[in-house]
Amino acid sequence: MKFCGYIRKDGSVGTRNYVAVIPAVVCANEVVENIVYSTKMTEGILHHQGCCQTPPDLKRVTDSLIKIGENPNVGAALIVSLGCEGVDTDRLEKEIRATGKPVERVNIQEIGGTSKAIQKGIDLAQKLALEISGQQREEVDLSKLTMGIKCGASDTTSGIASNPVIGYVADKIVEAGGTVIFGETTEFIGAEHILQRRAKTPEVAADIKRIVDDIENRAKAIGVDMRKGQPTPGNIEGGLSTIEEKSLGAIVKSGTKTIEGVLEYTEKPCGKGLWIKNTPGREIEVLTAMAIGGAQVMLFSTGRGAPQGFPVVPIIKICGNPITYDRMCNDMDINAGKIVVGEKSIEEVGEETLAKLLRVASGEVAKGEAIKYTKSMDIYTLGPVI
Amino acid sequence: MNEERIKGLKNNEIDNVATIFGQVVVSSEVDVMDSKGNTIVVKVLDEVPYGHKIALKEIKIGEQITKYGEEIGVATKEIKVGEHVHIHNIDSIRGRGDWAKEGGKN
Repeated sequence: MKFCGYIRKDGSVGTRNYVAVIPAVVCANEVVENIVYSTKMTEGILHHQGCCQTPPDLKRVTDSLIKIGENPNVGAALIVSLGCEGVDTDRLEKEIRATGKPVERVNIQEIGGTSKAIQKGIDLAQKLALEISGQQREEVDLSKLTMGIKCGASDTTSGIASNPVIGYVADKIVEAGGTVIFGETTEFIGAEHILQRRAKTPEVAADIKRIVDDIENRAKAIGVDMRKGQPTPGNIEGGLSTIEEKSLGAIVKSGTKTIEGVLEYTEKPCGKGLWIKNTPGREIEVLTAMAIGGAQVMLFSTGRGAPQGFPVVPIIKICGNPITYDRMCNDMDINAGKIVVGEKSIEEVGEETLAKLLRVASGEVAKGEAIKYTKSMDIYTLGPVI
Repeated sequence: MNEERIKGLKNNEIDNVATIFGQVVVSSEVDVMDSKGNTIVVKVLDEVPYGHKIALKEIKIGEQITKYGEEIGVATKEIKVGEHVHIHNIDSIRGRGDWAKEGGKN
């Protein structure tokens, strides 16, 4: 199996060719939004971090932004700095440039304010867009693909229809020599024993247990009943009764293959195959984690209807609930609800999704991209804002 | 009489609950298919919303609720065959910081 992508200087392959406009800190978001509004081929990497955080989190934010800049779907990067942020903006610029991509930078305080920064940013973004716009897609093997997977706004159809479809595709990608990353550690609770059995080594199994224990202990440490947050009120209305039930349905989307290892939030896989990334459950931080991991495309399963989309990575939405699919068909790419009503099998919808995935990786627009729902991004930090 | 019958799914043969795909009114009969494709008819005792679960067996207080062949929680009340199974009569046993705070169960 093959797809057509943009071959980068570091050997990675993009499914998109964007100028990523990256705010080094939350304070630069509005300048970035103005630049992106005025310049073709750009996507803003808007986030809420970058200052008044503890050093481990500032490093985490810097590392995350670097790796999003390194994502194969980014052809060039424009960094917008306020000038007094806590993240290491010099390292951000230097490390993205090391991949061979053109990188520019504008500093709001230095240039004399937001309007001047916007004007300069538009000029630089336009220059970068022109510079990368001539690059053509070339046919490459599916082994060059890293796929991120996620479920959101789940109901009981997610575990029965849409997540099994993603599991089917995940197995096919791994068999083709590609890479698949899944996360949502919160939604392993009660199902971690099944994942542990699929771990490549006893050490990987122990890592899976460790990350699940950590997240469960955080609830215990503050003496709260996790049920108020997981399952969510929407999950409960959709028929999911407990976190265990939600987890057992959620992990199905990882398929059946061996789990190669557990990655921390800012890590990339160091080999092919299926990987776990330690993340919370919430969409925006998980989608960001997948992009950090190098995902050039994501499959997203839903039952109640989740519209979120990430700036530089196309997301294919697979809906397990036939009623939701009909109601939200402008957001949903694949109707896995046909499985629930007995019209199609998991394999049939799986093949349909795989074909869609190859087309989207080759340039076909996913529905979320068509409606420009592409700003669901933020970096998961652990310490306090200070 | 030509109305489409409401379907349910029992994911694993050891499950004591099934998921119902339809809006069920009291005393409706639903066709529950198991993982081998066999169908049994269950009379539902409550109004059950789309995608919610019903009991396939009598379940006692404290007894395990099984779906996908795995434990998804425990019963907090006696549950009859055909009764709606949801947060009013079952409880999660994981992520229970409240239990730890009470110095107990978990």
